[in-house]
This record gives sequence, C-alpha cells and structure tokens, in this order.
Amino acid sequence: MWKFILRRFLVMIPQLFLLSIIVFMMAKAMPGDALSGQEINPRANPAELERIREDLGLNDPWYQQYIRWASNAVQGDFGISYTHKTPVMDVIEDRLWNTVFLALVTLIFTYMLAIPLGILSGRYNDTWVDKTVTGYSYIGFGTPIFIFALIMLFVFGFALDWFPSGGSVDSKVDEGTFAYVVSKINHLILPALSTALIATTSTIQYLRNEIIDNKIKDFVRTARSKGVPESNVYSRHILRNSFLPIAAFLGYEITGLIGGAVIIETIFSYPGLGQLFLSSVSLRDFSVVTAIVMMTGFATLLGTLLSDIILSAVDPRIRIE
Amino acid sequence: MKKAILQIENLTTSFRIQSKYHAAVDDVSFTVNENEIVAVVGESGCGKSALALSIMQLHNKQRTKSEGTIHYKGQNLLTLNDTQMNKVRGKELGMIFQEPLTALNPLMTIGKQIEENLDYHTELSRDEKKSRTIELLTQVGIPYPERTYKQYPHELSGGMRQRAMISIAIACNPALVIADEPTTALDVTIQAQILDLLKDIQSKTKMGIILITHDLSVVAEVADRIVVMYAGQVVETGSVKEIFNNPLHPYTRSLLNSIPSATNEKNRLHVIEGIVPSIAKMDRKGCRFQDRIPWIPKQAHEESPHLHEVGQDHFVRCTCYKEFYFQDEGDASTHDITQSR
Ligand SMILES: Nc1ncnc2c1ncn2[C@@H]1O[C@H](COP(=O)(O)OP(=O)(O)OP(=O)(O)O)[C@@H](O)[C@H]1O
Ligand code: SF4
Ligand SMILES: [Mg+2]
Repeated sequence: MWKFILRRFLVMIPQLFLLSIIVFMMAKAMPGDALSGQEINPRANPAELERIREDLGLNDPWYQQYIRWASNAVQGDFGISYTHKTPVMDVIEDRLWNTVFLALVTLIFTYMLAIPLGILSGRYNDTWVDKTVTGYSYIGFGTPIFIFALIMLFVFGFALDWFPSGGSVDSKVDEGTFAYVVSKINHLILPALSTALIATTSTIQYLRNEIIDNKIKDFVRTARSKGVPESNVYSRHILRNSFLPIAAFLGYEITGLIGGAVIIETIFSYPGLGQLFLSSVSLRDFSVVTAIVMMTGFATLLGTLLSDIILSAVDPRIRIE
Repeated sequence: MKKAILQIENLTTSFRIQSKYHAAVDDVSFTVNENEIVAVVGESGCGKSALALSIMQLHNKQRTKSEGTIHYKGQNLLTLNDTQMNKVRGKELGMIFQEPLTALNPLMTIGKQIEENLDYHTELSRDEKKSRTIELLTQVGIPYPERTYKQYPHELSGGMRQRAMISIAIACNPALVIADEPTTALDVTIQAQILDLLKDIQSKTKMGIILITHDLSVVAEVADRIVVMYAGQVVETGSVKEIFNNPLHPYTRSLLNSIPSATNEKNRLHVIEGIVPSIAKMDRKGCRFQDRIPWIPKQAHEESPHLHEVGQDHFVRCTCYKEFYFQDEGDASTHDITQSR
C-alpha cells in the first residue's frame, strides 16, 4: 500500500514536469508581459521599462527562464505577483483556503442531497417518489450552472437578502472570533448550495442506477434466502455495493470542484482561486496564473490517487500491492 | 410411513408481463419427505427456478402471483407475510443457488456471510457464531476453514465457493434445502464432489432436499424420487428406479436418452428436438408437448392431459405415451419398443 502510494507520487513527477513546461510556454506565448500595460502610460520611460525587463530576466532565453522558475517553484516560490507586488504564494494562500472550504462545503451538500434522494429513488424506482427525483435530475442536467447560480444570487442574495451576495467574510468581524466563523460559513452557503443543487443530480442518478442494478443481483436474493429483513438487505448488501463506485469517485469529485470554481466564484464574487485565476489572466499576472495551474494540476493528480486508494480500501477485489 | 416435510398442492406461479399474468409454474403438486432427495428435472425455461423461488417466496411480489398451497409444519407458506416468512427462510428452508460467484456478496467475507444466517435465527454470542461457522466450513470440506472464514468470495475457487454456499444454506440445520442446479456452473469432477457432499450432509441430518437440475445423470446417483417438469407442468413423477426403468412420457424418455454415456455419446439417438415454449407465447389449451412430436397423430393426445397413476407412486401426464415412438425409430419399430418396455 505505502509502496503503491510512493510509486504513484514518483509517477507524478514527470506528469507535473510536462504540465509545467506546457504552462510555462503558454504563458510566454501570450502577447505582452507584466509590463506591457505600462507602455501606453505616457509618463513611463521605455528605456526604464527595458531595464526592468532585463533585471527581471524577461529577456533571457525561455529555457533559462523556465529553469529559474521551476527550481523556485519546487521550493514553493512562484515568484512575485506583478499586480499585487507580493510573493505569489502570499496572494494565493488565502484564496486557496477559501476555495478548499467552498469545495468541501459543496461536497457535503452534494452528498447530503444525493445519498437520501438516490436511495429513495433507487429503492422505490418507478414510483412517484422516483419520478419526482428523476424529474429534478433532468432539470439539473439541463440547467447551466451559471444561469442557476445567477438566479440563486438574485433571489437569496438580493431579493430576499438572506445571504451575503459576495465576498468570503464580513469585513467588520475580527479574525479568530466566533462571529468570524459564522460569517465565513454564511458566505459559503449560497455558492456551495448553488453548485451542489446542480452537481448532485448526476450523483443521484448514478446512485439510483447502482441500486436498481444491485437489488436484482443474485447475492441479494441469497441474503433474502437467509431470512434477512428487507431493511438489512438494503443496508448490508444493496447499499454497500452501490456506494462503492460513488466512494471511489470522491477524489475526482474534489478535483472537479476545484477546477470548476472559476464560474461560481466569479458569480458570487467569492475570493477564491478561480476568481483570482480569471483576474490574473486578464491582468497578465502570469506568475500567479502559472502557480494556480500547477496547483490545480497537482490537485487533480492527488484526487485521482485518492480515488484509487479509496477504491482499494472499500473493494476487496481490488488490492494494491 | 415417511414423514412429509413439505407438501406442494396445485401451486401456480404467474409472472406479470405487460399487464397480463402468465403461469411459469402450472398446477404443480408434490411432496418432499424427511430424509429424501426429490429431483426436479426439465430443460431450461420449464419453470424449475420459478418453482424453487415460489417455495422460498423470493419472487418480486409486485410482478408475481402464487396460488395453491405449500404446507410446511402445519402452515401454508403462501399465506405468510414477509416478517413471518423471514423466520422460515434460512432457518427452516435453506437455498443453494446455481452460480456461487454471483450468489455471494463480493464485499463480505465468507465467514460474515455464513454468520449472517446465524444472526437472525439464533441467540449465539459472537464467539459461538464464529466457532459454529468454522465448524460448518469444516463440515462442507473446506481445507483451511480458519483462513476461508476471512476470505472474500473472489479468492475461492468455484467448488470452494459452492461449498461455502452450502454451509450458508445448512447453517441453521434446516428441515429442507432447495438446491437450484448446484453443480451446473462447476467442472465435472467438482460436480460429483458437491453431490456427494449434499448426500453426505443429508444422510447425517435427515433433511429433505429438492435438487433441481436439467441433467438426469446427476439424479441417478443421489435422488430418491424424480419430478419431471415440462412447460410449467409436472409430466411424470415416480421413484428414481421406476423412472429409469420404466419411463413413459415422451419427454422423460427423451431426457433419459440425452444422458451422455459410453454407448450413445456420439449419436444422440431418440432425442426430441425443440425448446420449451416461452410462458407468454405458450398455448395452454390441450397438450403442451405435442408441437415437439408432430409425427404422432393428433388423436393420440388427450384434450386436456391429466396425470394418471400408472404404477405405484408413478404418475404420468396423459395417455399418448401408449402410441408414442421416436421419429428416428421409424414406424416399423414402434411395436417393438412398446413391447420391450
Ligand atoms: N421474473 C420473471 N418474469 C417473467 N418471466 C419469468 C421470470 N422468471 C422466469 N420467467 C419465465 O418463466 C419460465 C420458467 O423460468 P425458470 O427460470 O423457472 O426456468 P428454469 O427451468 O429454471 O430454467 P433454467 O434451467 O434455465 O434455469 C421461463 O419461460 C422464463 O422466461
Ligand atoms: S398428449 Fe401426449 S404429448 Fe401431450 S402431454 Fe400427453 S402424452 Fe405428452
Ligand atoms: Mg433455473
């Protein structure tokens, strides 16, 4: 098991290396650099700008720039953000936590909805309960997340004013207080719920179909032939087998949420990685952009690994040597 | 006089297919006595599993209807609700399924799956359950019971899985075990071992066994009585000796002829071609078998074939057996065949 995990981490190195080259090249290939914006400034001295470029190493050949960037990045130093004038990691850190919290809360909402609804729908398939849940799922599939999120924002953020309509915490409360935590959670609920309400529908349907598949399996009949009461036939046999693929999917799910944060964070003006990513792209703050892409890539690989580990933990047929 | 364990009377089980019910088990009656193996034989689709699952009440209630009576210990199983039936299933009646890999839960250890049976029907403590399980695994001939206890189904061979399945079925010393094609999925050598094991357990526990199979050769060695089914109906029943020595119904004779043996391995002589009609398409008026023996004149068949008693405890449906001959025997030899029987 530990060997497997170690091996998977080793495999990640070339993957991350490849990703870093691509990211770096793409960033370089973009028109302009961090100083381009200054050129239209009539007071900026072109010679001065050129000197700064030289100092920053922006005129060096790409591979020298890459090596410099990569060797720092490995140590967690992604350079200085040109727009924020602070180390990239400082800019990212708070945002990263915001996104992680958002992803976790979204995940909790997603499963809180998916598990009971999927079980009801699968157990009582083709009844009105199932038809209602399936109807909801179809609406969920068909609704683009950004439209739904805008509606949620309008209704609960503005019209009813139940939840804050932006930010990640009330600026008036002090960090470390209980009110601060409450405010944080309060800011999370609307974006998390909006994502969960849509994202959960695929999990609901997945679970429903798993249950419908499993409940006619031979081993379920065997359980019944032992005199196991129906509720235990579900809890010990049908559900256990149906949760398997869903548990295994958890890792990918987390990755997806971190990657998908761009839209939701922008709509809710939630200061997370996704929002930072968009603004950094438009400001050409490439040191931030590359850092975010690398982190997201790393998170994706970790998510995949997590899924594999979960699968091997819950399914005795899959054993990692 | 033998003591009857299970008496099935006029059992009819129908499945709903597109809002109409079609009988897959049609007016079946037979009795299983203590210490007796009753073999139910017939080709694929003739209703053997439907019969077994009716006894265990394991059909989907929304789509299935069972009529008639199944007497067990003074009660009619068909009138019991789920809670009452759960006290019978696993405790009084055990079941062994055909495909031991899919019939076992892939995520549960063998030990837990056997213990689950004890969970609901005994008051044993955890340790007692474990030792009973180990004892069961030993009884069914599993070489390393302690290890198998902790293993998952995929870690065992087919034969070992079926042994584990048997120990689930017999865990609570049931009065009757229903084995639905317990050896069909296994290698020939393993098949014999499993049958020996069943026979062995039966002789020790005096339980009754309903052994479902489509293979008459399986029956000859272990069974006491045979119930031959065709298209949901019993077409012939009698003691193994009687059926093997004096088979009457054309279907039984055809089944007997299809047993591979040293002499007729290559030429499948006197075997009736065709398949069992599906329950939705089947013509239920008149004789169900006549379409497969078109060379027998229509007048030979009874209009509504009944079971006739033709010998001691030997019943056969209808009367056309008196005129029946195999097509490949030719008309000339008909007389001989009837005589030689
Ligand atoms: N749940 C069901 N719904 C509808 N029809 C069914 C159902 N189960 C069985 N049947 C039909 O009932 C008939 C008898 O099926 P059954 O499974 O009892 O046959 P069998 O004798 O056990 O055959 P096999 O040797 O293949 O196991 C078949 O025509 C089958 O298609
Ligand atoms: S009429 Fe003939 S073919 Fe039909 S059930 Fe009777 S004996 Fe069989
Ligand atoms: Mg069957």
